[in-house]
This record gives sequence, C-alpha cells and structure tokens, in this order.
Amino acid sequence: MTSTTLAMQGNRQPVAELPSTRGDVQRLRALLERGLPLTSRPWQTLAEQCGMSEAEVLALVEHWQADGLIKRLGLVVKHRPLGIRANAMVVWDVPDDQVAALGRRLAAESAVTLCYRRPRRLPEWPYNLFCMIHGTRRPRVLSELDAIVARQGLEQVPHRVLFSTRAYRQHGARYLGE
Amino acid sequence: MSAPMAKHDIADLDVLDRRIINRLQDGLPVVEAPFAAVADELAIDEQVLLERLKALKENGVLSRFGPMYHAERLGGGLTLAAMAIPEARFDEIVERVNTFPEVAHNYRREHRLNMWFVLATETPERIAEVIAAIEADTGYPVYNMPKQEEFHVRLHLPV
Repeated sequence: MTSTTLAMQGNRQPVAELPSTRGDVQRLRALLERGLPLTSRPWQTLAEQCGMSEAEVLALVEHWQADGLIKRLGLVVKHRPLGIRANAMVVWDVPDDQVAALGRRLAAESAVTLCYRRPRRLPEWPYNLFCMIHGTRRPRVLSELDAIVARQGLEQVPHRVLFSTRAYRQHGARYLGE
Repeated sequence: MSAPMAKHDIADLDVLDRRIINRLQDGLPVVEAPFAAVADELAIDEQVLLERLKALKENGVLSRFGPMYHAERLGGGLTLAAMAIPEARFDEIVERVNTFPEVAHNYRREHRLNMWFVLATETPERIAEVIAAIEADTGYPVYNMPKQEEFHVRLHLPV
C-alpha cells in the first residue's frame, strides 16, 4: 500500500502496515486469490499455509478491505449452470457532459449488473457508456431493457445491444502469481 | 445427474442452496469463524453450510469463494478490448488470442466488433505491450476500451 492511497482515505490509521513485498504477505494474497478454504476457521487454515498467525491474517484482510484493495469478499456464481444464458452488453452514445449522470441512473436499475464509462473508438465505435444485463432468455433481457428505456426516458439516446453468442474463456482474472 | 455436470445442464438447486447463494453474494464477515456466523443467520448448521458450498463448487455453480481484488490498487492493469474478425477466421483467431495468459474472459458478440475480451496484467504498462503483441500475432487491430469511470451497482444476482 502506498502513502498516496492512505492520503486519499483521509486520516484513518493503518492497522497492519506490513510491506506488501514481504514474502508471507504475497503468499497470503496469492492463496486468497484462489479462494477461501471451506473450513470452519478459514483464516487459520490460510495462516498455517503462509506462516502467519490467524490474528495477523484477519488484520491484514480487514485492512485490505478498508483500503479498497479487496472490493468484496463473497462468492462468485457461474451464470450458465444457473440457467442464465442471455448476457447482453448494452452500449450507449451519450453526450460527454451527461454520461456520469446517466451512468448513475442506469447503475441504480436492478437489472443492471455492471456499468462503466469507456472511451469511444471513432469511427468504428461511438459508444461511451456500457452496462451489462443478464437473464435466463433474450426476450426477458430485451423487455428489461425496454422498461429501462421507458423509465429513464432514453428513447432518443443511440444504443445497441450486443448479446454474447459464446464464451470462449471464462475464468476469473488472475492478478498475482504464486 | 452424473458428475461432472455436462456443459448445458442447469444445476438443480433447492431452496436452501438458493438462500445460501443469495446470502453470500452480499459478502462474508471477516471474523474467525465466518461460516458459523452466516449459518447462524440462515438458522442452519455450520457443517451443513460448508457441505452445501463444497457441493456447489463441485457441480460448477460457484467458481470461487473469496475476495474480489481491486486490480488497479494491486498495481495491475485491467481493460476491455474488442476486435473485428472476419467470420471465416474467427475460430482460428480466438484460439490465438486465448493463448495469451492475460486474457481473462473472451466472448463472441453480435456486432462487427465481434470479439470482446478482458485483459488483466501485473502492471498497467503491460496492457499496451500485450495489445501490441496480439495485434502483431493476429494482424488485426485491437480496440482498447479501459474503464474511465465505474458506476456502482449492488452486485447481486437473485437465484
């Protein structure tokens, strides 16, 4: 963690200022990335695997969560076994001065699972606001989208729906090696 | 249904599986015995919760249980990229693109830009290098569309 990120967080004191280059700290991150062990004391299990104490591991994880390094601790569901087959990327061409406001409104829609501003790539790609809508079937997703367009008054905003027709690779991003 | 589950089978989830998934999508408390705490909330045994989670993992419903890292805070690079690949060459090119370990997801989508993938790299500088390498290897341009602003949603998929 850098002092810059601390400064951005205000005056909160670091609870576990361990250098991120320390071998056992790196090992803990790598192990965590593969997932939390499904044991009664998962932090203890991890602690044993990287030569720390359970308290140390808990303090580090709390610290990383407070600092924003870990966005969320939870489970990742795979869509296809749950019958969620329709995966629509809906892209919008919004005037630059309106994109933040519309992004916030779309993100508040319960059907929207991700919402980002991204750069246009003209002339090939004029869209600058991206959101994802998932559902069991295409007609369901399209009717959700129709409802959003009507509720938010977006009839005049150019947009396109890009359904995925095949997932060629679907593994979680790996940011750290072992 | 025999394991491993066939690609197009839909998992057979009962009410308890659904309660567990819906509860845990909201996160796990950072305490010494987190599964016991969640089992308590759900009014079930900790052992039952752990067994259900193991089964959900084995039959492919859960891909992972753990932290979602903030890639940029870790010092890594993350972006969404797209390519326009002629139909006749799509399968060949997607294989080439997927040989790059930095490609985390790769979807075919209905548009002239028909290949969409996420790149995750150990450093931000590495994104440009990987994109240049993919362009050199395939002969097609890569459109890089990194996130400029994230609008926060409640990440929850009711099952």
